[in-house]
Formats: sequence, C-alpha cells, structure tokens
Amino acid sequence: MRRWLAITTVSVAAAALLTACSAGGSDNNAESGEKVTLTYGVWSQEDTMQQVVDAFEKENPNIDVQLQVNPFTDYWTKLQVSAQGGTAPDAFWMLGDRFQLYAANNQLLPLDDAISDAGVDLGVYPKALVDLFTYDGAHYGLPKDFDTIGLWYNKSLFDAAGVAYPTADWTWADVQAAAPKLTDPANGTFGIAAPLNRQEGYYNTIAQAGGHVIEDGMSGYSDPKTQAGLQYWVDFQKNGSSPNLQQLADTEAVAQFENGKVAMYYGGSFYAQRFYDNPDLRSKIDVTVLPAGETRATVINGIQNVGFANSKHPEELKKFLLFLGGKEAAEIQAATGAVIPAYENTQQAWVDSMPEFNLQAFLDEVPDGVLYPVSANTAVWNEYEDDLLTPAWDGSVSVEQAADDLATKMDEALAKE
Amino acid sequence: MSAVTSRRGATRRPALLRISNALTGLAFVAPALVGLLALYIVPLISTFVTSFTKTGPFGGSTFVGADNYLSLFLDAEFWTALRNSLIFTAIVLLGVPIAIVLAALINSVKRFRTTYRVLFFLPVVTLPVAVGMVWRYIYNGDFGVINQALAAFGIDGPSWVADPDVAIYAVAIVGIWSSLGTNIIILGAGIQAISQDLFEASSLDGAGSIRQFFAITLPLLSPSVFLVSVLSVISSLQMFDLIYVMIGRGSPAEQGSQTVVYLFFQKAFVEYDRGYGAAIAIVLLVIIMAVTALQFRLQRKWVFYG
Repeated sequence: MRRWLAITTVSVAAAALLTACSAGGSDNNAESGEKVTLTYGVWSQEDTMQQVVDAFEKENPNIDVQLQVNPFTDYWTKLQVSAQGGTAPDAFWMLGDRFQLYAANNQLLPLDDAISDAGVDLGVYPKALVDLFTYDGAHYGLPKDFDTIGLWYNKSLFDAAGVAYPTADWTWADVQAAAPKLTDPANGTFGIAAPLNRQEGYYNTIAQAGGHVIEDGMSGYSDPKTQAGLQYWVDFQKNGSSPNLQQLADTEAVAQFENGKVAMYYGGSFYAQRFYDNPDLRSKIDVTVLPAGETRATVINGIQNVGFANSKHPEELKKFLLFLGGKEAAEIQAATGAVIPAYENTQQAWVDSMPEFNLQAFLDEVPDGVLYPVSANTAVWNEYEDDLLTPAWDGSVSVEQAADDLATKMDEALAKE
Repeated sequence: MSAVTSRRGATRRPALLRISNALTGLAFVAPALVGLLALYIVPLISTFVTSFTKTGPFGGSTFVGADNYLSLFLDAEFWTALRNSLIFTAIVLLGVPIAIVLAALINSVKRFRTTYRVLFFLPVVTLPVAVGMVWRYIYNGDFGVINQALAAFGIDGPSWVADPDVAIYAVAIVGIWSSLGTNIIILGAGIQAISQDLFEASSLDGAGSIRQFFAITLPLLSPSVFLVSVLSVISSLQMFDLIYVMIGRGSPAEQGSQTVVYLFFQKAFVEYDRGYGAAIAIVLLVIIMAVTALQFRLQRKWVFYG
C-alpha cells in the first residue's frame, strides 16, 4: 500500500508542477541569439546519439543539446509523469504502440509546417513507418530507424535433419513441411518456436494471410483471414513442432534459438547484433526473408524522434528534429552498425557490418512492410490478446472461438477510446 | 478515557496553561505530523477522490460517481485477483508455524546461533527482484534445479511458474521463504524474553523439551506470533513484486495468477485507467482493514499476555 500511496504523491506533485509551469508559457529565443538548451530523452545507443548531437551542435552553435538516458523499463513511466508535469524532454524517442496516446492527448509538437518549410521529402523513409507516426493526418516527427522481421534458422539443426536451408522463395507450406522433420523429441529440439508474440509472430502472419488486426477503429479478429494467420502458429503447437507456451514462458523463444533448441525462429533485425556477438552461434545460423502466405508481409516498426508540445523553444526544437531525421544523422548511426537507419540508401553500412549474415533480407522486405497495429490506448487490447489467445495456443479453445471473443472485447475497448 | 483526563485537567489547570501545553505538544509532533500528512493522509484522500473519476493519461478528470466501483464488482478479473491474493496470504501464513519452530530450534542451539540467524535473514535484505529472478531459474521447467532433481527419481516436474495450475503456489512458497527471516528475528526475540526460571522449574518437574515448547514457549510467545501474523497478512495481501518478476506479462499463468495489486498496476500504469486503479486500491485498503480488525478481535481468544 505504501507503494501506491507514494505513487499517488508523485502524481499529486506532478499535477502541482503542471499548474506552475503552464503559467510560464513559451517564449521564443530564436531571434535574440542567446544560447538555448534542449534536452533529448533516449533509452539506449548513448555513444551513437552523442555523436549525432555533437554534429548538430557544430552546425548550430546557439543550441546546446543535453542527452538524457533512462533505461527502457523506466523510460515510459518517467516520460508520462514528466509530460503530465510539463517537464518532459524537448525531444525524445517514441515507439509506434505509444505514439497515438501522446498524439491524441496533444503532448507532441506538430511538425508539418517545419517539414514543408524545409522541403523534406517523406518519400525517403519506408511508407509504413511514416504512416505509423501519423495521427489525424498530421506528422509529429521523422523516423530514426526501423526493424523488420526475418526467418532466422540454425544450419546445424537443418544439416542434422537433412533438410535444405530456407530460401527467399519459401512459403508457409515449406515451413509447415520442414518443422516436424526438424523436431527431435529425444534431443529436446524443435522445428520452430511458436510463441504468443505480436511483433515477431502473429502480426506478420495475419498480414500474410490477408487479414488485419485493426482498421478504421475496428478489430479485425473476427475476419477468417486474420484467424488463418493465428491458426498458422497454433498448428505448430498442436503437432508438437514447437515448445509449448509454458516452456516458452520459462525460456523465451530467442533464448531457445540461441541455445540451439529450435531450428527456425521468426525474429527481428534487432537481434542481429546480439546473435553476431555470440561466437558459437555466429557460424551456425543465418537469416532469410519471412516465408510468403497469401501474400508477402513483415511488420515494420521503429523509433521516431518527436518533440514535446510544451517545449519552451519550439523553433530550435523543430530544427533539431529535422536534423535527427536527416541524412547526416542517419549516416552517423549506420556507421556504428547498431541500427538500420530509416533514411533511404544509408543502410548498407549496417548490412556490411555483419557479413556472415544475410542481413540484406531485412531490407528486401521493406516494400512488404505493414503498419504495426496501434490505437490511442493499445495497451488495453494488447492485454486482451494475451489473455484470450493463450487458450487457443494451448489448444483448450478453437482459434475461431478465441478470436471472435477477442474481436468483441477489443471493439468494446476501442469504442471507449 | 481522553474525555475523563481532559475534564480532570480542566478542573486542575487554568485554561491558558492548558492551551500552551497543547501547543508545545503539537510543536513536538509537528515534524512527524507533516510527514504523515504529506506522505499518507493527503495521497489517501486524493486516491479516494480519484476513485470516483475517470482520469486521462495526462491529467484532466471527470466525475463518474461510483462507476469504477460498480464495474470493479462486475469484473471477473478482480474476483480472480482477490481469490489469488487470499490463496497467497493463506499459504504465507503457513510460514508462521515454520518460523516458530525454526526460531525455537535456533534458540536452542549453542554454537553458530548468529550464523543461522544471518542465513535465514539474508533473503530479507536481498532485492526482491533478484530473489524472483533466481527462483525463476530454479523453477524452470526444462533446465531448473528442482525438475532435474525430480528427474533423478523419474518424475517429470511441471513448468512451475508458467503452469497456471501451480504458478501461484510456487510463488507463494518463495513468499514463505523470503518472509521467514523477519519472522524468525521477531519470534526469536520473543523466545529470549521468556524467563529461564520457567524452563528450569518445568525441567525439575520432569518436562522434556517438546513438552516445554507446547506448555511454555508457545503460550508465552503468542503476542509475538500475533504480531507476525498481522504483518504477514498485510504484506501478503499487498503482494506484487514476486508475481511481476517470476510470472510476468504474457506468461500463460499471468491471467490466473495475478493478485489485486498486480491488477492495480496493470489498470493504472499499463492501461492508464487511474480512476479504476484508485478504486482497486481503496477496495484493497478496506479489505486489509477488515481482515486486520478481525484478527484483533480473534486474538482475545488465543493470545496470552503473561
């Protein structure tokens, strides 16, 4: 109880700050020529981001940017409380599933004027990524980096089972044929990992089956095509070619893949560095594009640099945000190999940084990228997905039943937004 | 009683002196009072007020009357969470007799007494998150120490913290383990406060150590046992961190194992429904007060203040 009392105290204090700050209003120092300080909130890539900041400060000696790093687990709570209190960083990283919450509640600085004034061409970024961060037709930032999902596979397990490696031409049928052959209960190895995972799992196959999660504010889970995208994973659970949900809860799918327990793993480009840094694993695995269903698709997600609506220096902030979305910033980030920059034709450095892996696959998929499904309060129906799809995954309820129930509950939640 | 003293005081002391005494007293308790007000009373009232509102994620709230409470009582998830909190509390209470026995044993050993105390107290000073992480490994269905030991006897153990049927019990066992330390310290102090004369007299009368435990230690320890039980119940009903770390979001056991405070966290800080979260907190406060009041009523029947 002391915990929630303390939390309430913080909220009360934050509310008091809000009233204090909003009285001050915004002033514009752009003309006066005095030095302005901006803050920039991020949760990782400290060294790389400092290089980007240094490059910006060199071009804009009037603006001083201070990097504020908070670990991911604290980042969102702190951001929300500080936004409520009017003390959020001027610029900060945003993710797709949180974006609409902030945009819908007027916490973000609209950038459309700045984008058109500076003549920025939004065509240099993957379209799904630009759309992900568009709310009511307005743009609130420029994409920083992105990730797509690929089919990682363990060559040693494929060799042992005498199955040919996956190729870019693989379809669902190929995975379905290979998975049981790669499963060896005696060794405790499985053909594939079929966790209950959104971004790396069923969101991809739902799109590949021609279904959708959310459209025009309505749930897509009652659509038989959407349900086919779920069924794909449930079938691997049913025929035993994947560890069950309990095993995957004990040891997460990516760790099972790293331990050589699963032969195929639908995983993000963001794992490339981690796999590459594991010398045992590096020589054993590779990656290709996601197998096609009715159509080709991959979830595309990423970080966007956005500005705080109540920033005291909106003009300098816009300048900084445009710089962060520009080519120079993208090239600095590409050179470190940490992320795939969103700006076109700057990604080769990332591909070249890990020559043993076919990282080009993650870029080849970009034209098939689908929007990461979000709404103003995504967390509510994400919880329903976890709760209602679990019984479908463990076989106690049919996919149709579970998905229909989910559609009903999700629509109720969406109606309340 | 206060009415009596003040009436007596009024007849003895002049009014001015009484007021000045009261002010002096107030000045002495002021620092504590300010802390109490700022950290407990004000937030409590504000939580109470919030529970009657629908609050936006960045502030701005509208009064909705008892809506949050009504939907809470119709929410099956809440009843599951409450059931889990009660199961968890009941199991952790089973740790009290274990702590009594251990405290008595530790008290009876001559050598390494402090070492034993330190060993049992270590979990208390360890970060709950670290405790949870380590136990997660121990409980792992495929590679965990427990299941590997069971496998030696040909038993195929479950995924302890991922199987919805056993997860809450598995976490409760860790709850017992991590509460043992505090309980042993409190109970051990209680045992040491018992006069040695009683033990000597009873052994002259021919009582063995088991008889002494039941006839002397246990009755004279009952005030400490009562204290430990009340504290255990309160902290168990507020259980959050172990569930969060050991079961966690997205686990197949999450839905069936979440406690009231876990549900509160989910609603208030993941789904940003702070009014609903506040209603959960207020209901939990009432439940804890009721259970504690019940314990105080029942203690008249079994607690022996020698």
